[in-house]
Amino acid sequence: MFGDYEAQRHWQEITFNLPVKQWYFNSSDNNLQYWGLDYPPLTAYHSLLCAYVAKFINADWIALHTSRGYESQAHKLFMRSTVLIADLLIYIPAVVLYCCCLKEISTKKKIANVLCILLYPGLILIDYGHFQYNSVSLGFALWGVLGVSCDWDLLGSLAFCLAINYKQMELYHSLPFFCFLLGKCFKKGLKGKGFVLLVKLACTVVASFILCWLPFFTEREQTLQVLRRLFPVDRGLFEDKVANIWCSFNVLLKIKDILPRHIQLIMSFCFTFLSLLPACIKLTLQPSSKGFKFTLVSCALSFFLFSFQVHEKSILLVSLPVCLVLSDIPFMSTWFLLVSTFSMLPLLLKDELLMPSVVTTMAFFIACVTFFSIFEKTSEEELQLKSFSISVRKYLPCFTFLSRIIQYLFLISVITMVLLTLMTVTLDPPQKLPDLFSVLVCFVSCLNFLFFLVYFNIIIMWDSQNGRNQKKIS
Amino acid sequence: MAALTIAAGTGNWFSALALGVTLLKCLLIPTYYSTDFEVHRNWLAITHSLPISQWYYEATSEWTLDYPPFFAWFEYILSHVAKYFDQEMLNVHNLNYSSSRTLLFQRFSVIFTDILFVYAVHECCKCIGGKKVGKELTEKPKFILSVLLLWNFGLLIVDHIHFQYNGFLFGLMLLSIARLFQKRHMEGAFLFAVLLHFKHIYLYVAPAYGVYLLRSYCFTANKSDGSIRWNSFSFVRVISLGLVVFLVSALSLGPFLALNQLPQVFSRLFPFKRGLCHAYWAPNFWALYNALDKVLSVIGLKLKFLDPNKIPKASMTSGLVQQFQHTVLPSVTPLATLICTLIAILPSIFCLWFKPQGPRGFLRCLILCALSSFMFGWHVHEKAILLAILPMSLLSVGKAGDASVFLILTTTGHYSLFPLLFTAPERKNLFLIGWKLSTYLAWGLWKSAVNLYSLSPPGS
Repeated sequence: MFGDYEAQRHWQEITFNLPVKQWYFNSSDNNLQYWGLDYPPLTAYHSLLCAYVAKFINADWIALHTSRGYESQAHKLFMRSTVLIADLLIYIPAVVLYCCCLKEISTKKKIANVLCILLYPGLILIDYGHFQYNSVSLGFALWGVLGVSCDWDLLGSLAFCLAINYKQMELYHSLPFFCFLLGKCFKKGLKGKGFVLLVKLACTVVASFILCWLPFFTEREQTLQVLRRLFPVDRGLFEDKVANIWCSFNVLLKIKDILPRHIQLIMSFCFTFLSLLPACIKLTLQPSSKGFKFTLVSCALSFFLFSFQVHEKSILLVSLPVCLVLSDIPFMSTWFLLVSTFSMLPLLLKDELLMPSVVTTMAFFIACVTFFSIFEKTSEEELQLKSFSISVRKYLPCFTFLSRIIQYLFLISVITMVLLTLMTVTLDPPQKLPDLFSVLVCFVSCLNFLFFLVYFNIIIMWDSQNGRNQKKIS
Repeated sequence: MAALTIAAGTGNWFSALALGVTLLKCLLIPTYYSTDFEVHRNWLAITHSLPISQWYYEATSEWTLDYPPFFAWFEYILSHVAKYFDQEMLNVHNLNYSSSRTLLFQRFSVIFTDILFVYAVHECCKCIGGKKVGKELTEKPKFILSVLLLWNFGLLIVDHIHFQYNGFLFGLMLLSIARLFQKRHMEGAFLFAVLLHFKHIYLYVAPAYGVYLLRSYCFTANKSDGSIRWNSFSFVRVISLGLVVFLVSALSLGPFLALNQLPQVFSRLFPFKRGLCHAYWAPNFWALYNALDKVLSVIGLKLKFLDPNKIPKASMTSGLVQQFQHTVLPSVTPLATLICTLIAILPSIFCLWFKPQGPRGFLRCLILCALSSFMFGWHVHEKAILLAILPMSLLSVGKAGDASVFLILTTTGHYSLFPLLFTAPERKNLFLIGWKLSTYLAWGLWKSAVNLYSLSPPGS
């Protein structure tokens, strides 16, 4: 399995055998073309830790140069165990604690929540099948969400900084964190407690960054090189097939070839920020825990759809916040999580994970249906669309069929996904269009994601109306 | 939406449990499999390519047919589905053939035939009554029993990793027990007779069936103090039972009787040349006996009581299947093991005859027969512990005392199955699953013990 598995093993080899100064630089010992390190320093430290354990068990696994492509049963067991241990130490406790802190829910529902979140197929398949350490960064991010929601702002921001320093993609979540904390400071009054909080937060963030990047702050060249490795801006608008707008648009109009590089950069920047601005502004002005979670979803989704150099695995960054709102809107969340797993189908098939993905998806679906009774929660109120449809009904009195439409859309979506999966597995693509099925999968997923972007933004924007109306009544 | 709901089994926790464990079994498809995989492939090949007269004589492979005829017919039916997956596996000379399609077919056949096991568990749950204490689903005895049986850790290891077809066989046994609980004795007897002709290991528990049916079915009434009323003997019932058993056996062994092959069939079914202990020792009395013999021989050698030249070279711990003579203690013959087993089951048989306590007493006797045969039998496989664990699950959700015994039995029994998986990845995975299941098991049993439900058949 040459891919992320070999990359991780290689990073253990590099971090163990070479001094820190050489980790991110191209040299005869460290060929950056061969799975060069392109995650922030915390990943490097984690690889170093694993390398020490590997050295203790069998030094051949991380011998410089000679261990390339090393694959044995024992080594596979070791690598898989490292993922499991990271999961057990960071991600799973965060999920359990998060569900315990949910309010107004019975214990049984909390346990059901934990089970469904842990059963999410996407993370299991990517971390344990494809091989990655997403559970670490997502776990840290979840600790951050937990801290910030429970008013332990400093700990929360520390945890989130650790997440960013583990994988730079966590920056997708950074804006909601920033806006929420800023909103809290504003609420407390910028001339008193709010200002103190702001200063404390700034210090925490700066301190955690300095701590993680300490070996790389000694020289300017070191810092720049790391940044160059983390943000490869000369790699293009997108690589391979991914379910975002640019790839789908490329099918109709080859923008990747038409527009020059810097125009592409500016265009994606503008689209991303325009799409997430409303939600973020709302969060800053009215910070609430619920708004924070939904803003995490819509921000991450905006980044996924419109940003630069997005990989299909980045959908996990959207799936985590959606898992968090599973108890609020079970039907839509389950739907989204199924689509997110489906969007990674080409990658999973390449890794020969068809059976595990089908099994885990079905298990997840059955678990959600059994525990949340999702098909009984499709009324307007359950979908949190009540205030929206009331507003629309002021102009269109006959707009009563919203939940019916959504149910039909769900059916169409599921049927399309099942059909595409069957076609991809059983049929061969035509000679002229060898990527036909991957492109179709991306296109369909992208359409679904656009729908979800609109839906989540509606929930966020119409949320306060509900609050205001309730205040008027009481 | 309603159709999707029904299709997904919403609100029906039993379907969710059954579907969930089926999905888990699908995930176990690529795991390690033992030589039993090749055994069953060979039997598919034998039954498909050769005429019946050759089935019990074929010996191209070392894994000759040693199950009763019904199982051979079962393999024959399977082989007709197998030919659509991979024709090559049905060639008798393709020893150790294991293409990915073969693997897929064999694994799916085990998963598919487990439907009978699921149905049997469903029927067993119906037999459990219970006071309506507590509305929590996870505290209901039906739920606990379903988890204990459907997600039985030992069955998962043996059937879906090591590879065997115990699922549907235990389904037949549990179904026959359920029928006896529901007072449908003829069906129970019929099912057990059929089961015997699928796998003769269930002879271990035949005495329980025999005595119970004779005592509680053929004698239709008891005296007021519970002892036997001789004049209530019903010839009709005895004859109908005998007829059922006779017909089933005729169907099974008839063809071989006509071909004069019965001695050959029996020598295949009861291979006494295989030695006192299986390749990997079952944790029974004879294992201790062998260990004691070994210890004594070592001490004897050290203290020069024994002559090193007279000690046989074959070792019992070599992992091979063969006969062996003990050095210090007297050697054990099959007859000796039979006598020990009979002595061990005598107390429970006596109780079943003189003080029958209905189906629950029968179940207890069945478990004791299974355990005694496991402890003292000849050439016992460690998998045979499942014969005691699965029926005991039914008792354990009834009484607190049974629950604590069951906890010890099931933990020890499942632990003793670990040597079946000697590859590291499988061991790690199953350890994790087993640990999770036993934690739930312990908690569930403690809860049910606290609530003290009682097993009661419907209508009594």
